[in-house]
Amino acid sequence: MIEIPAFLHWFALLAQGPGRAAAPTLQLVIKVMDIVVCVKRVAATDSQIKIAADGKSLDPAGIEFVLNPYDEIAVEAALAAKEQFGDSTVTVVTLGSADAQKELRTCLAMGADKAVLINDGGRSQDAFSTAETVADYLKGTAASLIFCGKQAVDGDESQFPPRLAELLGMPCVTEITSLTLEDGSLVAERDIEGAREVVNCSLPAVISTNKGLNEPRYANLKGIMAAKKKPLEEIEAAAIDPATSIESLSLPPARSEGKIVETVDQLVDALKNEAKVL
Amino acid sequence: MSRFKGADFYQIDDLFSEEERMARDSVRDWVDAEFIPIIEEHNRNATFPSELIPQLGEMGVLGASLQGYGCAGMSPVAYGLILQELERGDSGLRSFVSVQGSLCMYPIHAYGSEEQKERYLPKMATGELIGCFGLTEADFGSNPGGMLTRAEDKGDHYLLNGSKYWITNGCIADVAIVWAKLDGEIRGFLVDKGTPGYSTNTIKNKFSLRASVTSELIFADCKIPKENILGEISGLKGPLSCLSQARFGIAFGTVGSAMAVYDEALRYSQTRIQFDRPIARFQLVQEKLIWMVSEITKGQLLAWRLGRLKESGKLHHSHISMAKRNNCWMALECCRKARDLLGANGITDEYQVMRHMCNLESVITYEGTHDVHGLIIGREITGENAIL
Repeated sequence: MIEIPAFLHWFALLAQGPGRAAAPTLQLVIKVMDIVVCVKRVAATDSQIKIAADGKSLDPAGIEFVLNPYDEIAVEAALAAKEQFGDSTVTVVTLGSADAQKELRTCLAMGADKAVLINDGGRSQDAFSTAETVADYLKGTAASLIFCGKQAVDGDESQFPPRLAELLGMPCVTEITSLTLEDGSLVAERDIEGAREVVNCSLPAVISTNKGLNEPRYANLKGIMAAKKKPLEEIEAAAIDPATSIESLSLPPARSEGKIVETVDQLVDALKNEAKVL
Repeated sequence: MSRFKGADFYQIDDLFSEEERMARDSVRDWVDAEFIPIIEEHNRNATFPSELIPQLGEMGVLGASLQGYGCAGMSPVAYGLILQELERGDSGLRSFVSVQGSLCMYPIHAYGSEEQKERYLPKMATGELIGCFGLTEADFGSNPGGMLTRAEDKGDHYLLNGSKYWITNGCIADVAIVWAKLDGEIRGFLVDKGTPGYSTNTIKNKFSLRASVTSELIFADCKIPKENILGEISGLKGPLSCLSQARFGIAFGTVGSAMAVYDEALRYSQTRIQFDRPIARFQLVQEKLIWMVSEITKGQLLAWRLGRLKESGKLHHSHISMAKRNNCWMALECCRKARDLLGANGITDEYQVMRHMCNLESVITYEGTHDVHGLIIGREITGENAIL
């Protein structure tokens, strides 16, 4: 008797051995896995950041928005898992405004099968409300392997993956740099301070991906053409209030111009009395 | 150095569809990551980066505008923007892709038999088979109709004699599309590498398109199987229709070269200090940058409109002449101004401007010279043919 994990759909192909008229034997098992990638649209790190008039948010004018680079790694990991397991689906999910369709299309062009935009109309979210909202959606799905980038390069909080795992009641392995998927479990490696940790984890699970795990593929032109025809579902975000709010946002002070001194004595004096580092 | 962002003074991005921008951005990222780091070395050594051919196939840029047979089927503007990004890397890279897609895959797709399409196109789309296009001869450039290369019908085969010159990809090609006169009429033949009587020579010591293979093709009693003729086309309009495809790509491609050198000159002017201030603060420096960004903007709009005309079936070949002619000239002038702005630094290959400038000396000449394209426009507006 084979124990069938609840999160996997199994199909058994029955085949007869060559030249034998005996009872059919179980030859091959193909499973379908629902793989989910949670992604975020973020300001490109080389953008010139300006603070909006409210003093609490970014002025989006002139900022180039891209798929969070760690999420690209997560998408690549999901596509590689699909290639390994065959008949699986990769769904990318994001929470945000309609503008995030662009980043979802990029994921579809890379090879994801479908995309879901949980549309919040662009209202402000924190890690709490984001995780609650996305978990609320994922609870109604058969997601068995969930990838996220280890952090979004805008807020740099790294809170989302463990929060999501907690809400879904799944184990969580964060910041992985190597992954081996097996039937119903995985082995991941993590770079920790001064050492390398190897973690075993059962599925379903939430995985957050770090640089070094893979090289994300380019969206090729056939993928871009195919992406137009792939489903991009839009649902309304549940009304969940953030638990925290941003009081203010400010840019670091502009660096003052350097000072050129003539002699070592002047340098020592400046270090001692102006910079006060000696 | 931050990522290349092109130049978009006029919010021309808004004129492109999401799919067109995605195609451009994907190729832009690829050029940044895979091509820019290796091009100067290949340019120095006069080698084509053939190690990248499988990646070009994987990206889908080979024959990207064609439908079926493993091709991506992109819109004309998307195809143009792809070539813009490739030429931002190097005109040699864009030439390779133009020759493969517009000059070789296109005529097989348009004029070939089903068997020829199945035999060549899928493998040309992946880059497993490389093509070259033999029209120009040493003594017949602007006047291709005067070609001397001849084919004779020998009953069970054609016999090909003659030679072709200035052929991009010639020495590395697995199949040559060769245009030759059969009973006085120009016809296209598919000549496979290794066919007895078919040989190639490399044209060496070029100052331009150094990272591109340029060759001579020689046919000496070369037996061509009957099934290798392009059956659906005869006359000069065959090769000219291919050239129209390629020139369309050059109109976009040269905008890429111009953007590359403008970007380089702009960054340089903001960091190069003379008289205790960045040179961008000087009026004559600004004038050069203003000229460049204005001409690039006009060139972008010419190319964009060209693409939309093609999409709607309203394109006339004289439209292509105007865009090819203007944008090659514009890009070359941008290079000259950018080099001037970079001062002595501009002459070394630490900067890309001289490489682009030298490349564009070919691009302004091949696929119809600046003057011939001018006379095509002149013929269109006056009704008088001044080419002959």
